Amino acid sequence: MEQVGQRKIDGLWLTVVGIAVLFFLILPTLIVIPMSFSGASFLEFPPTSFSFRWYTAYLTSPEWMSATRTSLIAAILTTLIATPLGSLCAYGLHCSAPRIRNAAQILVIMPIVVPVILIAVGVFSLYAKLGLNYTLAGVVIAHTALALPFVIVTVMSGLQNYDFDQELAARSLGASRAYALWTVTVPQVKFSIQTGAFLAFITSLDEVVISMLVSGGDNATITRRMFNSLRDQLDPTIAAISTCLIVVSVVALVGVQLIGRSKNVDK
Amino acid sequence: MSAVEGYESAEALQNVSTLKSENHRERRTFLGLSMPAVLVVLVVVFLPVLWLSSLSFFNAAGELSSENYARIFKSELYLRTFVVTFQISVAVTVICVLVGYPLCYWLARMSDRNAAILMVFVLVPFWTSVLVRTYAWLVLLQRNGIINESMISMGIIDEPLQLAHNLTGSIIGMVHIMLPFLVLPLYATMRSVDTDLVRAAVGLGSSPRGAFWRVFFPMSLPGLFAGIVLVFILSLGFFVTPALLGGGRVQMLAQRIESTITIYSNWGAASALGVVLLLMALLMIWLMNRVFGLDKLFMR
Amino acid sequence: MSSATQSLPIEISSLCKAYGSVKALDDVSLNIAAGEFLTLLGPSGSGKTTLLMALAGFSRPDSGSIRFGDQEVIATPPHKRGLGMVFQSYALFPFMTVAENVAYPLKIRGVSKSDQKTHAERALDTVQLGGYGDRRITQLSGGQRQRVALARAMVFEPQIILMDEPLSALDKQLREHMQIELKALHQKLDATVVYVTHDQREALTMSDRIAVVNHGRIEQVETPERLYRQPSSFFVADFVGESVSLPVKVANDTAQLGERALKSDSPIAQGSGGHRLVIRPELLEVTSGAVPETANDLSGHVHDIIYQGDSVLVIVQHDSAGQINVRVPANRAGQTGLPSKGERIGLALHPEDTIIVPEHAS
Ligand SMILES: Nc1ncnc2c1ncn2[C@@H]1O[C@H](COP(=O)(O)OP(=O)(O)O)[C@@H](O)[C@H]1O
Ligand SMILES: [Mg+2]
Repeated sequence: MEQVGQRKIDGLWLTVVGIAVLFFLILPTLIVIPMSFSGASFLEFPPTSFSFRWYTAYLTSPEWMSATRTSLIAAILTTLIATPLGSLCAYGLHCSAPRIRNAAQILVIMPIVVPVILIAVGVFSLYAKLGLNYTLAGVVIAHTALALPFVIVTVMSGLQNYDFDQELAARSLGASRAYALWTVTVPQVKFSIQTGAFLAFITSLDEVVISMLVSGGDNATITRRMFNSLRDQLDPTIAAISTCLIVVSVVALVGVQLIGRSKNVDK
Repeated sequence: MSAVEGYESAEALQNVSTLKSENHRERRTFLGLSMPAVLVVLVVVFLPVLWLSSLSFFNAAGELSSENYARIFKSELYLRTFVVTFQISVAVTVICVLVGYPLCYWLARMSDRNAAILMVFVLVPFWTSVLVRTYAWLVLLQRNGIINESMISMGIIDEPLQLAHNLTGSIIGMVHIMLPFLVLPLYATMRSVDTDLVRAAVGLGSSPRGAFWRVFFPMSLPGLFAGIVLVFILSLGFFVTPALLGGGRVQMLAQRIESTITIYSNWGAASALGVVLLLMALLMIWLMNRVFGLDKLFMR
Repeated sequence: MSSATQSLPIEISSLCKAYGSVKALDDVSLNIAAGEFLTLLGPSGSGKTTLLMALAGFSRPDSGSIRFGDQEVIATPPHKRGLGMVFQSYALFPFMTVAENVAYPLKIRGVSKSDQKTHAERALDTVQLGGYGDRRITQLSGGQRQRVALARAMVFEPQIILMDEPLSALDKQLREHMQIELKALHQKLDATVVYVTHDQREALTMSDRIAVVNHGRIEQVETPERLYRQPSSFFVADFVGESVSLPVKVANDTAQLGERALKSDSPIAQGSGGHRLVIRPELLEVTSGAVPETANDLSGHVHDIIYQGDSVLVIVQHDSAGQINVRVPANRAGQTGLPSKGERIGLALHPEDTIIVPEHAS
């Protein structure tokens, strides 16, 4: 009797804490979206009037538009470069001897574990010598390095779950290694590659610290402009931009979830 | 290879060189596939950070010296930065554990479907830009933001509290950013714990609480530890949120490094700070590797 | 399927492969005749897969030579070896239909679309899966997947087919059925088959010859019957078939069990370690009276009687040497009436059934 009562209290307590923490996690996202549709000229919550004025401000500002373009192009290029490079690297490491694989794995996850401020400062001074600061290429190269670990980790875990005998079977049936890789292995780790691509895109799009140092001028990213703007004041235009970024993130997240779903259905 | 020499009969060694060169060719192919990615990381991350670190061992005149380290460990300002960084990182990690563990435990006891639905509340912020979330907290925590307003209207406080542009704001914002890093590995580990074991423990006479502490909790430790290390490392080097929510009153290491370079152009001192930061991060990673196994990161 | 293909002999000589200090292949030489069904039999970890993978070109030995016909293939990449292979996991491509799976090797060989279709259909017919071409792999049972894997491995009429424990994932009944079917298929195909299993019954059922593998070495290569009746070492005798064994002393070409000399038709094989008498439970004869002079007398007292359906296993405590198992067909046991527990039982081991082997073959 006593134990059952105890368990009920424990359960209730857990539920209250759980809901509170989830609320804490989702609160910022919940707040930004309605605020972006506010008609007032200053930040208020809850908004008293509805308008698209902040979206209009965002979409008609040449600076914001240029920054958006830079960020999108950088994110797309980063995805296009990091996904194949990372996938090939994952395949190469998967097939390598454990000793080489372990050493390379540690090197390749460096961009995740080294504090990004150090990478940013290091890249900044490297680019100063190469004349890459404030260029799109510079941003893309740096973002590629940051995105690679995500692609490699997801593709390697995909390869781990894949029955590698299939590639051997294809080769025994007459396919060269490259043909077997392309026609048999790639279709089956496709989901991991796609997940890696989404992660690469979001990594680049949301990256702040490196962009803050190495992007600028005509090639300033949207995160750099937002960061500088937030240092000064709370411009409601940022609510509109943030809402757009949230939408992109949620789309990417849903994409990854759908990929995971269809993968499980297939198995 | 010494393995080949182990075979006694001389005529057993047919085709040795052909086979060896085939082996080398294959190894080179795999290495070649990995090389482009490895090179990018090497050139963009490894070498610049190494070069940056090396600056710390030279003084302004370009001579080898430990001047920079002597300076940062004698300077009140820099020492305070270390202390503050450490305090904030510990605080953030502790809070994340205190709120994250119950959340994960609650989710782990649900059906797969319900838990998957509620995990959206963790994943959406996780995938949302740090900048966007920091902005949201700036708005929420303002003097006349909703948190203050609602607390006043509920009669909890009379005067608005100073929540943003200080330590409190930084910690709240950082906990929000870091929490998913604790929750994701911890939740995954808890999900994989065999609930039959816990039930068996209860069946064998443990109280539910006893079973939790003796059976479930130890089995969730690897995930908890991974989460703690991740949160702590990321907090140590965190830049964006404290820079915006701290309002200049909170100076963590990353900000100090940035301002030492962009404002004072003092590369030597910044580099020494960076080396200390890097060593702390690597130490944590090494610990994580020892206890948890870094290759877990590469599997699911 | 077609008489155009000529199966090829395989000549393996002095193959060595080490993983660190483990010798997975220790100087393996083996000749396999064209069209033969040869089984590599051995316990798990003995090196069977390593040897098969070396034949396929997926594991590269440290030294040695492999010839298909008169062609050295040791450095030939797998896709140019032209052999069909069936994996333990089947390794079917789950995102392709059954027909696409089977047509995959044809597509690579540039066979026209219509020919791909007819060949794939014919191969599926051969494995009794006619009409299954449009199914997805996930819709098939384990046995059906097994057949698809077979069809895919033979559709391009390879001269050599390799199979690594292809039936081990199936349940017992289906496995036994497939053994017969595979054997029949082999007779139709005219291909040299190298088959790997750790199941000695499966090996005995299917093979023309069996190569027993142990610690990366080939212990013995023989036809199933000779392997069973004349094992060359205790390892082979113990691994193949049911048996109990008793240590014997060998001097002057005669073996002694305790004080008594054993009569044996076959010469005692040489080797290292001591010798053992291997007794197959079904080869012992239960005598009602005294054991005849011509046979070896292994009489003792009945220790236990175990009913096993088709037969009865009698555990006998031999007077001096230990326990011996005797298998008696259930119907005969019912007719003659066996002695009960504790009673004395006469056991005769005839010289032609008396197997004496060294611990290790020379
Ligand atoms: N990739 C490998 N790395 C290290 N050792 C291996 C590897 N593959 C096989 N071995 C070792 O070689 C021996 C033979 O293995 P295998 O050929 O798979 O045996 P079987 O197929 O007979 O079970 C075993 O001791 C195994 O541990
Ligand atoms: Mg095997």
